[in-house]
Amino acid sequence: MTKNISIAKNKILHEEESNMIQTRMGDGAIVSMSESDVRQEIEEGIEDAVKRAKCEPLSGDDIEQLYDIVCDPRKFISVKRGNELTLTYDSQPLKFTRLGLPGAMPQIAQTYERCMMADTLEMCYVHYSAKPVKQIFPEEEAAVAETLLITTPTLLYGVMPNMPTYTKPDGPCENATELMPKGMIKEAQAAQIEAAQLMEDDIVLLGDHMYGAGADGIDLDTTAAGGDAEFYGVLKAVERLREKYPDMQIEVGMSGEFILGFHGSLKYKGKRLAGMYPADQCKILAEAGASMVGAVVNTNTRKSFPWNMARALTMIKQATKESPIPVFANVGMGVGGVPMQITPPIDSVSRVSTAMAEIGGLDGL
Amino acid sequence: MAICHSQASGLGGVRTSGDLVARMQLAKGMRINEAKKFVADKLKVEVKDLSDEVVMREVREDLDIATVFMGYGSGSRGIEAKAKISQLLDLKINCVEKFKEKTGMRF
Repeated sequence: MTKNISIAKNKILHEEESNMIQTRMGDGAIVSMSESDVRQEIEEGIEDAVKRAKCEPLSGDDIEQLYDIVCDPRKFISVKRGNELTLTYDSQPLKFTRLGLPGAMPQIAQTYERCMMADTLEMCYVHYSAKPVKQIFPEEEAAVAETLLITTPTLLYGVMPNMPTYTKPDGPCENATELMPKGMIKEAQAAQIEAAQLMEDDIVLLGDHMYGAGADGIDLDTTAAGGDAEFYGVLKAVERLREKYPDMQIEVGMSGEFILGFHGSLKYKGKRLAGMYPADQCKILAEAGASMVGAVVNTNTRKSFPWNMARALTMIKQATKESPIPVFANVGMGVGGVPMQITPPIDSVSRVSTAMAEIGGLDGL
Repeated sequence: MAICHSQASGLGGVRTSGDLVARMQLAKGMRINEAKKFVADKLKVEVKDLSDEVVMREVREDLDIATVFMGYGSGSRGIEAKAKISQLLDLKINCVEKFKEKTGMRF
């Protein structure tokens, strides 16, 4: 708590003080702010998004609406009737596994359908990466096929592309992060391309198997965590899958608000991938053939909830406006304005949910 | 956290119409309002009814496209319901097509 008080720079006051708004920091710690402080945080969050992602600022009405959402004294808030959107999930069954509830995947999917109001379902292997799942395709396909018999919503099979699993010591390719400090830039770039190709082939293989088992499609979650080469490999895999399966549903969830340029020179359809922010990520994924995008804006733990929420909304609203395909914002722990906490506070999560739907104009979360 | 989102902004899944709207978004690339309008028209309800648990349970029971109640005597479930949803939304559903191939049934 001492650290948080320091970070808040004297904004932390006792709850009893009147005319103060109780909100949180990006790490989840409670802080109290004056109304003018909240407004300033919102303005600065928008300013940061505009500067970094080169997007339009939120309108005056958006800012007022966001201010009301942040300052609402209720712990839990929701959208107005009629403003609901649909929800997708990443590593859906693993959320139960992490809680120490070792149910079988088909039964967890049924639980999401019938107890948790899930609009879509997802199956996955506990490693949640493209590379290891190919060793257990028969078992996973059986689980997918069985689940499809007993559930109703769309069912995707999810993995992270996770390109770093293809590099030494975990995989066959040279490790770019070891080559670059030695000045071996071209070798590091070649190693990334080799790893991206292996990953691309594995994603296509995964699509073949899971679509063949009857799944509606696949979810490539946390895409580009390994940088621009990983993003390139995913775009190529999406392109190949779209060509093979015109009706396959391909969800691509991103890992960060901009593409890290570990390779630095890669282009897809003439566009440089490194440094792309959500709006451009959505457009390039649409070109490759993705069905929808899970857009990400990272939460800064040293900044306040209103700052993070305003910043995330500014970038996501622009992406939703420019995207040719549906945009579902990532709003889990540490993204989309949600504080970086393993137990994300409900007051913040419900505000993110409401603001993304009513201000961001999103298609889903 | 999933529960929090579903309560704050979710359309409600099979409890209402969220599964149907999401299916159109993912399968046809429809934006949220377009998908809601499409599903509401197919179900012959108003868009505002799509998140109403009372209206939608009755609609789903009448159309026999699954509700969250799956006890003895319940209507269609799982692949049975999806076969009907496929016809209702005029949409090919991968597992329903596979079911047809394996059983040799045509519907």
